[in-house]
Amino acid sequence: MSAPKTLYDKIWDNHIVSINDDGTTILYIDRHLVHEVTSPQAFEGLRMSGRKVRRPEFTLATADHNVPTMDRDKGIADPDSKLQVETLERNARENNITYLPMSDKRQGIVHIVGPEQGFTQPGMTIVCGDSHTSTHGAFGALAWGIGTSEVEHTLATQTLIQTKAKNMCIKITGEVMDGVTAKDIILAIIKKIGTAGGTGYVIEYTGDVIRNLSMEGRMTVCNMSIEAGARAGLISPDEKTWEYLKGRPLAPSGVEFETAIRYWQSLATDEGAQYDEIVEIKADEIIPQVTWGTSPEDVVSIDGYVPDPKNASSDEKKRSIERALDYMGLEPNTPINEIEVNKVFIGSCTNGRIEDLRAVSKIAKGRKVEKNVHAMIVPGSGLVKEQAEKEGLDKIFIEAGFDWRDPGCSMCLAMNADKLKPQERCASTSNRNFEGRQGRGGRTHLMSPQMAAAAAIKGKLTDFRDL
Amino acid sequence: MEKFNKLTGNAIPLRITNVDTDMIIPKQFLKTIKRTGLGEYLFFELKFDQDGNKIDSFELNQDQYKGANILIAGKNFGCGSSREHAPWSIADYGIKCIIAPSYADIFYNNCFKNGILPIILDEETVAKLQDSAENTLNFNIDLEKQNITYLENNEQKEITFEIDPVKKKCLIEGLDDIGMTLNKSSSISDFENNQAKETPWLYRSKII
Repeated sequence: MSAPKTLYDKIWDNHIVSINDDGTTILYIDRHLVHEVTSPQAFEGLRMSGRKVRRPEFTLATADHNVPTMDRDKGIADPDSKLQVETLERNARENNITYLPMSDKRQGIVHIVGPEQGFTQPGMTIVCGDSHTSTHGAFGALAWGIGTSEVEHTLATQTLIQTKAKNMCIKITGEVMDGVTAKDIILAIIKKIGTAGGTGYVIEYTGDVIRNLSMEGRMTVCNMSIEAGARAGLISPDEKTWEYLKGRPLAPSGVEFETAIRYWQSLATDEGAQYDEIVEIKADEIIPQVTWGTSPEDVVSIDGYVPDPKNASSDEKKRSIERALDYMGLEPNTPINEIEVNKVFIGSCTNGRIEDLRAVSKIAKGRKVEKNVHAMIVPGSGLVKEQAEKEGLDKIFIEAGFDWRDPGCSMCLAMNADKLKPQERCASTSNRNFEGRQGRGGRTHLMSPQMAAAAAIKGKLTDFRDL
Repeated sequence: MEKFNKLTGNAIPLRITNVDTDMIIPKQFLKTIKRTGLGEYLFFELKFDQDGNKIDSFELNQDQYKGANILIAGKNFGCGSSREHAPWSIADYGIKCIIAPSYADIFYNNCFKNGILPIILDEETVAKLQDSAENTLNFNIDLEKQNITYLENNEQKEITFEIDPVKKKCLIEGLDDIGMTLNKSSSISDFENNQAKETPWLYRSKII
């Protein structure tokens, strides 16, 4: 019998095309998602070298970063954004790649579209020129972000030259308190291991807390693996995964679906398999989390305080806290729940799914957005938007004073018209609080959808459980 | 791919940890459909204030670092997004070598596709080199020998570094890895034929 393997080991082994003389592996890529920002130079590279897309049918393209979230019938106003989207459209057409245009209700953020269409399946290798490709790991697919050179390599060969990463297991033990979400769990993980803690690893998330998460919640956790430094995060697939996939347009159907389930079940980490690193996190200690600074590891509980650089463990840490406080316009030792916001962004590949919007609607129902706050809700895809409207969530949002938009990446990275103005402070369900991320000089606090909704209503960061 | 073998030049000390890809190249410059011309936007929001005035305290704006081709930075350099615009802008600016205690994975990998050598040294050595960079005109970087040499206070200094031999070879030879992989097309076809038998649902062509 062969040695026990992890989920990662198995997917890796199942995709080895060959091993090069230098020890690197040519790894087969089952599926490739493409968006407009990181692909034009890759297609251009193919054209210049006279190469073709090897497997256009394994590739799916949509525009998400540059698309407007309102007045879509007027098209894209910014000429550079427009050109980038048109370039993707042309490249997809010329290479026979399925493209979901802005006018298609299935258009949305690639990492929401892939799972929705059943494009994402367990055991697959999936890449995209986008670091949040780690999201798809929620299905037990090995999925990671790549640069444009590797996008070109994947288009031309349907493979990548890779070196295997190490195995890390993050085990969440205990039970979560009511109101603690997948977002709080992943923020707590990043607080513990830091933004470089997962560098060089693929993380597998295990434990009952992860098992009990919905597919949407699992996607939120895997999505931010990259903020913990890991290129990929994985969760072993189970009944919830099959249930989610069943009947999706690109998922296997009929008898073949049953055959696929048997294969998917065989992927789980074997008993006795070795991880290079095991991290344990107690769920009982987690309460709603928010970030105070400019790195996703600058995490604090909602009942906590802005840190004081005087207490920093090193000079370097002190400098970095001072820089973050200065950028964020915060004083040391301020109670977190006294920080006022004037913007709220609910959406992104981290928290733009239907479950997130349902959670927001529960907070919004019968309440009003604070008068000094502009709060926008951007569904992750046209299908999420359609479902939300079917359930009447849009009416609750609009009634409460939220701005209900069309799908896209929007203010997660502010490549379209949705951005913070200098010094505006935003409660955001996105994934990065870097300087300038949501607009130059803008100040981002990351949190769960419930917490962002509560911030919209109170006009300051607040524990939504106290509303 | 661009080759890298030897490099001589001065270095910019950038004493910031967790330099992220939004800092390296802000998103407003990602709308290009070309690889070139991004150098002038490198660290744009650290170089200019919101009114477009130069920020004099930022090293890239200082005369003594004009024409520098080495960057010495804090740990976890290049964290954040997968945008290859980050190494494109660095290379286009003229920086061909980065020295830092650690890098984010995707960025690190992207460097090698663009002829940039990312050297890893311990934090103490990096801090010392940042100090030296303020007074030293020329650092010599030799990838073949895996060393950095420079003259400080009339004393010849040498620091050696480790690098994965495969990545080293790629930089020195400037290999076209797509071309190399395409030479293995028959292995890829064999893999596909086999996979289509084992997991046939992956090969059902469906139109959505």
